[in-house]
Amino acid sequence: MTARVGVVLFPGTNCEHDVAAAVDALGGSASLVWHGASSLGDVDAVVLPGGFAHGDYLRPGAIARFSPVMEAVSSFAAAGGPVVGICNGFQVLAEAHLLPGALQKNAGLSFVCDTVDLVVASSASVLTAGVPVGTALRIPINHFEGNYTCDPATLEQLRAEDRIVLRYRRNPNGSVDDIAGIANQAGNVVGLMPHPERACDPLLGSDDGRVLLGALLASAGARVGA
Amino acid sequence: MTSPSPSPTGGVVLHRALGLTDDEAAAITSLLGREPNHLELAMYAVMWSEHCSYKSSRVHLGRLPTEGEQVLVGPGENAGVIDAGGGMAVALRIESHNHPSAIEPYQGAATGVGGILRDIFTMGARPIAIMDPLRFGPLDDARSRWIASGVIAGISGYGNSVGVPTVGGEVVFDACYADNPLVNVLCCGVLPADRLVLGAATGVGNLAVLLGSATGRDGIGGVSVLASAGFSDDAAAEEAKRPNVQVGDPFEEKRLIEACLELLDAKLVVGIQDLGGAGLTCATSETASRGGVGMDVSVADVPQRETGMEAWEVLTSESQERMLAIVTPASLDRVLEVCGRWEVRAAVVGKVTDTGRLRILTSFDADADVLADVPASTLHEDAPKYHRPLARPAWLDELAAADPAALAAPDDCGADLLSLLVDPAWVYRQYDHQLFLNTVVAPGGDAALLRLAAPGVRGPLDPAGGGFEGAADAIALSTDGNARWCALDPRAGTIAVVAESALNLACVGARPVALVNCLNFGNPEHPEVMWQLSEAIDGMSEACVALGIPVIGGNVSLYNESRGRDIDPTPVVGTLGLVDRLERRPPPPALSAGSRIVMIAPAAAIAGGSLGGSLAGSLWADKVRGHRGGVLPPVDLDTHGRLLAMVADLVGAGIPAGVHDVSEGGIGLALAEMAVAGRTGCQVSGIADHVALFGEGPSRVLVALPASEASGGAQILADLVARADAAGLAVVELGAAGGDRIVVEGLLDVSVEEAGFASTSVLDDALGLGGGAA
Repeated sequence: MTARVGVVLFPGTNCEHDVAAAVDALGGSASLVWHGASSLGDVDAVVLPGGFAHGDYLRPGAIARFSPVMEAVSSFAAAGGPVVGICNGFQVLAEAHLLPGALQKNAGLSFVCDTVDLVVASSASVLTAGVPVGTALRIPINHFEGNYTCDPATLEQLRAEDRIVLRYRRNPNGSVDDIAGIANQAGNVVGLMPHPERACDPLLGSDDGRVLLGALLASAGARVGA
Repeated sequence: MTSPSPSPTGGVVLHRALGLTDDEAAAITSLLGREPNHLELAMYAVMWSEHCSYKSSRVHLGRLPTEGEQVLVGPGENAGVIDAGGGMAVALRIESHNHPSAIEPYQGAATGVGGILRDIFTMGARPIAIMDPLRFGPLDDARSRWIASGVIAGISGYGNSVGVPTVGGEVVFDACYADNPLVNVLCCGVLPADRLVLGAATGVGNLAVLLGSATGRDGIGGVSVLASAGFSDDAAAEEAKRPNVQVGDPFEEKRLIEACLELLDAKLVVGIQDLGGAGLTCATSETASRGGVGMDVSVADVPQRETGMEAWEVLTSESQERMLAIVTPASLDRVLEVCGRWEVRAAVVGKVTDTGRLRILTSFDADADVLADVPASTLHEDAPKYHRPLARPAWLDELAAADPAALAAPDDCGADLLSLLVDPAWVYRQYDHQLFLNTVVAPGGDAALLRLAAPGVRGPLDPAGGGFEGAADAIALSTDGNARWCALDPRAGTIAVVAESALNLACVGARPVALVNCLNFGNPEHPEVMWQLSEAIDGMSEACVALGIPVIGGNVSLYNESRGRDIDPTPVVGTLGLVDRLERRPPPPALSAGSRIVMIAPAAAIAGGSLGGSLAGSLWADKVRGHRGGVLPPVDLDTHGRLLAMVADLVGAGIPAGVHDVSEGGIGLALAEMAVAGRTGCQVSGIADHVALFGEGPSRVLVALPASEASGGAQILADLVARADAAGLAVVELGAAGGDRIVVEGLLDVSVEEAGFASTSVLDDALGLGGGAA
């Protein structure tokens, strides 16, 4: 069955069309969900795409977490629904406390748009289910505030619970423990700074992003079947 | 209603403070048949400014070729538009934000981006790409570094946030731009041809709705006080101009883009115009003038950011992120609904009339005062056109006689080469260049190559979607300028710039279909500057006619000077190319081990010993010897046209492993750039001396070809030679790629790693935190 993916659109979001195009190209069915909506509609997974929700004013994600749709996202996540935050979406999930820690300014104090090497660090998430640990991926990053940080106890917990999903091979932003993406305890909520939707076509240089988004669609599909 | 009354001070002195000459003030009085009042004078002052009216350049711009089979909209509108086939169209525009960026680099550059985006979506196009040709003073000058950092941060901050990828540009450092940077910005958009809208008001009784930000006191008189005058020595006076620079809000612009494109998609507007230079005065008078109608505007209905604003402030404010939409009364409710959802403010501020007059009213009440009442077209079309005196600069003969061939040969060509390498990645890594999934060739290539797709038009991963069968698959964009060449000979230099830009497109497999220009020159009141401008336009015209590239828009930026010195003439061109079928990524500007390195060049040019290179106006002569002189090698435009076709075909067929045009720094720099990009060295021979190594000349391309027997290397070379012969071109075998050193027999031997480090550290050390990339 086709996995239905809700792509949340805040004012200022800009990667919603890219994520939707990638989901559709991989055989899923994407629909945009306006930030003011109180319900997600019939979806099997939710993606919070990249961009600058509410202009990133105050702090990335700080205003977006109060958008009405976030209550529905929280309920969906609590019920075990797959939720993935990409870049700004990761920042929103962190601000909403659906994921621990915070994203601070890059160590180089400048915006970085580049294609980087990643390594899958855990298969225990909706984004990496079935993807062997150690898998190398080449995927673009595009952020100013992607420097993941958390307190030592949380970091210890993330490690112990196998919740560090992706690591950078060469740290581009100062993230603690080279973290590029993490999951919640249940593995159904994932936040990552890299943009898998930007690596879904060899014409653009890499299609490694299909590995991650494909796993998400499979996770969502499995839920449909359940 | 009461009539407009003459201003108490009579405007005699006021007009000069507003930037109008005595003759211009007299012309206004004669057009109106009475003395203008304060407000009217302020409106004419902004509309008749150099920036808005092109009064010094208009008489020359007419010599550019503007027509072509694929041109849907030429110069004069907000952007030029090209037919890309299958019902798809591409909008293109270039602008300058030089003076604001000199005063307040971050906001100057940011609002430059915002302004050009509005020019594009005004046409109904979704902006999909930005390019930034940037020119700053030298890196060893602290103020120049401050300007450069601020400008780059402004483009990054605004462009990334507003959600339009920045896919290329240039970054040049030269002493002539020390106090007057050139911050040019190009934007390209995609639209279904049937969504094309023009900036005209029609339909008496229709409403003018102001969308976006409230109007504040920022940017008042920006076009006249700032953009149409030079800079002085007086630091305090320049500092005082800071309030004339507008402040940008990319989040407002992002919502404005989405709201306007939705309005246009739903066909809810009959005309639309952005508010840029000269603000509300420009938008109301231009839409009315183009539509052959009049307009009544109510000052009280303009949402204002602060209290106590005077009418002239409201009418000339350049507050950013505003659009003026002309809508029928029947669609108003739906327009307000769409804007409400995007949290975009919308207010009816004007009504279309049949009088042909632009009237500024205190309000729409029956007893409102008329604050200004002028024929709309006089603001837009009746600005004076100046035939300013031209004079060939006396210094040119001396420059021509200073033959750089007489310069001492390098002690160490390798050291010179390392000193010329600059990798711009430090700049473009700060720009989102990938959004929308279109970027096939990112910044760092000879030209940007993008899929022809856009959200809401055609999906990037769904080429069959949208029903645009027959549309081109991809577009290529290149921006180019070279003041060293143009200073020696603005006509020949501009020809070479156009030729190079077209060649950059060919290197990614595209054929040129349109050009826009940003003519950055000095003070037009200097006859030498006007001569340079006139010559550059003639050169551009000659090249564009010969290569079949129509000029579909442009911008003229004059008064680029500081402390009495004009900048070197810097015409910048942006060229657009189409690729009908894109089946694979084009070869990178890089070497790959085992390939054969050849140069394709005009047979006649390489007959001499220097392989078509000359040190006249070259990067080496300037940077290493501090010499800027000589006579530029001519461009044979017929041969160049054949080279363009041949290179685009070669790339399209996927034959070469690498392709890179030979430009500044000559063969030596081109080889080194390819080696660094491919992390592969080379062994090259047959380059006689430093003139052949660093000399610059037109119509030359380095190509890395498969060489092995298994890949049919001998046949590939034979085919290439045969094709070149037929086109009057020659294929020069230079050597082979491989190893980890760049070796040019008898001249240099440096490691690829060293070249890479020299190249990437320049900007990071000067502008960043240093110590290599983060």
